Amino acid sequence: MAQRVLILFAHPYAEASRVNRALLTAVCELPNVTVHDLYEHYPEQMIDVEHEQALVAEHDVLVFQHPLFWYSCPSLMKNWLDTVLTFGWAYGDDADALRGKPWVHAITSGGAANVYQRMAYNQFSIAELLRPFEQTATLCGMPYLQPFLTQDVNQLDEIALQKRAAQYAAWVQALVEGELPPVVHTAHAPQVDFLAGE
Amino acid sequence: MAEVHTPALLLQGAVYLGAAVLAVPLSKRLGLGSVLGYLIAGILIGPWGLGLIAETETVLHFSEFGVVMMLFLIGLEIELDKLLELRMPIFGMGGLQVLLTIGLVVALGLFLHLDWRLALVAGMGVAMSSTAIAMQVLAEQGVLAQPSGRSAFAVLLFQDLAVIPLMILLLVIAPGTETATGFHMDWLAITKAIALVVVLIVGGKYLLRPILRYIANTGLREIFIAFALFLIIGVSILMTSVGLSMGLGAFIAGVLLADSEYRQELELDIEPFKGLLLGLFFIAVGMSVNLPLIMQQPWLVLGLGLGFVLLKLVLLFGLARGFGHKSQDALLFALTLSQVGEFAFVIFNAAADARIFPDDTASLLNSVVAISMLTTPLFMLAHGVYMRKRLNRKSARHDTFEEQRAVIVAGFGRVGQVITRLLSSVGQPPTVIDFDPNQIDLMRQFGHKAYYGDITRPDVLRAAGIANAKLLILAIDNAEDALETARYVHKHYPQVTILARARNRTYAFEYMDMEIDFVRETFAGALQLGEKVLTELGYSRFHAYRTTWRFRQHDEKLMWESHPIRNDMQQVVVNSLRMRNDLTRILTEEQQGNDRRERINQGWEQVGRPEAGSR
Repeated sequence: MAQRVLILFAHPYAEASRVNRALLTAVCELPNVTVHDLYEHYPEQMIDVEHEQALVAEHDVLVFQHPLFWYSCPSLMKNWLDTVLTFGWAYGDDADALRGKPWVHAITSGGAANVYQRMAYNQFSIAELLRPFEQTATLCGMPYLQPFLTQDVNQLDEIALQKRAAQYAAWVQALVEGELPPVVHTAHAPQVDFLAGE
Repeated sequence: MAEVHTPALLLQGAVYLGAAVLAVPLSKRLGLGSVLGYLIAGILIGPWGLGLIAETETVLHFSEFGVVMMLFLIGLEIELDKLLELRMPIFGMGGLQVLLTIGLVVALGLFLHLDWRLALVAGMGVAMSSTAIAMQVLAEQGVLAQPSGRSAFAVLLFQDLAVIPLMILLLVIAPGTETATGFHMDWLAITKAIALVVVLIVGGKYLLRPILRYIANTGLREIFIAFALFLIIGVSILMTSVGLSMGLGAFIAGVLLADSEYRQELELDIEPFKGLLLGLFFIAVGMSVNLPLIMQQPWLVLGLGLGFVLLKLVLLFGLARGFGHKSQDALLFALTLSQVGEFAFVIFNAAADARIFPDDTASLLNSVVAISMLTTPLFMLAHGVYMRKRLNRKSARHDTFEEQRAVIVAGFGRVGQVITRLLSSVGQPPTVIDFDPNQIDLMRQFGHKAYYGDITRPDVLRAAGIANAKLLILAIDNAEDALETARYVHKHYPQVTILARARNRTYAFEYMDMEIDFVRETFAGALQLGEKVLTELGYSRFHAYRTTWRFRQHDEKLMWESHPIRNDMQQVVVNSLRMRNDLTRILTEEQQGNDRRERINQGWEQVGRPEAGSR
């Protein structure tokens, strides 16, 4: 049974983002995959909550694809989380709309993996920086999976980018087939780190 | 007529046409209507004006043919069935009108100890209205098919019919006519007349159409026109030969052809002839205004002219009301028929010929008639102004406002409706005022309540509760009214916040002067459309949104900057050119990816740079 994958994509300047465009192009035609471009849908930033909740209900896996802006997601994606994950639907006593649906990030970052560590330029690993998302997923009863990281994007030449895009497509295809990345619990790990999955 | 015929005729023609071409467009432009233009042109070129044309009688008779053609055309528009439907107004209203007018004038004359014959003839003349002027007016007002127009037409038709017995009466009362012989002649004439009308109707019904078809089939247009003119002239000659009015004959001919397949063609062909001849007729009337005579007794002529018009006005108005017309229709009806008609000339001249009164009296009466004809275009002008005023300025009448609310919305059109729905949906229903009852009724069906009233009136504003209101939203269509209301409220109720819809920059500046907040009516819509255009051109929607937003911000800034210098055109132009260059630079940079967006991307991407370099 194929898993239906919803890719929630947020990039305010998507037309200028070489890497995200390449990644998105690689997956947008895949069967059982829905790409939902938030900035294209809501240029005025007001989100139709009912529409979004219905969309989520139709899918089994949520992928949050975005660049890392100020160690987090772009504002419209945060806005999406703030408004769509409502009490009584996403969390609360009887809320079970999201229960069991995996949550996973696909992130691009300018910095390479080695700048995201203790004592390095950014002091924290990406896993640590993403902890608000991890806890949000946990509160909603969603398995929080190891993200797909594309880092040091300025060093990616065209060939490397195409390779990376193909890897992304394979990664998403695996989600469709139910082969999920490992679940992450940063609270239980002494040294928290992700490996870029290559 | 001059000895050398052709040049004189051409010269006269040139004078008439030139005068008409000069005077009529000017008169129309001044809003006086074409009739007054022709009349003034006539006065100017006539024997008492510039004296370009010395002799007026022939022209008047000749141009009366314009009236005949007009009646033919009117007949074409009326099928026999419809004519029969008009029986009541024709004989009831028309008959009463003629009899009552004659009666009143005679009574007045006897009261003033005038000769009874003079009084009777004057009454007969005054009873007539000018078909030419009235029909022209009705057509210009576009009310021919409306109750007032139909009734006026019916009365005119009866007057045409009444000509026959009135002319006979004239001969009867003429001094020296034996009553017995008079009556003897009458019976013969009446028999002849009836016989001719019957022949005309029967012949017209069965002969006219085959002939027309035969001529039309030749495909020669000018022959068709020639036949149409021949038909009208021929019928007119026949009618005069038995003492009937030419117009009546032409009218009957027209009615007989009303349902024929050649109706439209005939109309098109005769129309220009009618127009020119009618114009000539009005000019001739203008020429026949005897200025020196009027100058001798100006008050008598003016007084008689206006007095007769006033008498007819009152009588016609009462008559129309009596026949069930609304007062507005009755007023138009009365004004249309209030002048003394061209047929009065005929009656007065005939009376002078029959030595009922001297030529001088006829001349005086003719001038009175001409004066009365001058009044109609002026009346219509005043009537038009009055009606416009009525339409624009609503009465002080307004609905009773059941409660006073914090927000008043003026205008329940497209803008007012949206605002009202928005406010109602948040539980803040406003007081809505509109002056279009239809609009109010329509919206009531959708469950929206609005009050009737003219917001530009201070008393209506007061009744709506402006004194206790927090907000006044000016959503009315008329930009000038809105501004006026804003000025008034701004001055007298400074505690009320006004929100306005500004038609354009000029109005926007006016509101800025008063520090009243506003939206530019079409601006937001135009921007939304522009945003869609950018999207269609390949922009991402967010990019299109940002671009239009920036454009909007820029445009608003430009407006604020132009406000203090708006009267200095040069500065405004310089400033707007500078601003336009700025905007182009900003948007081009954005387009080239050299903007904030790229800087954000680069910024994040460069975060790793030093580290990456040190790697």
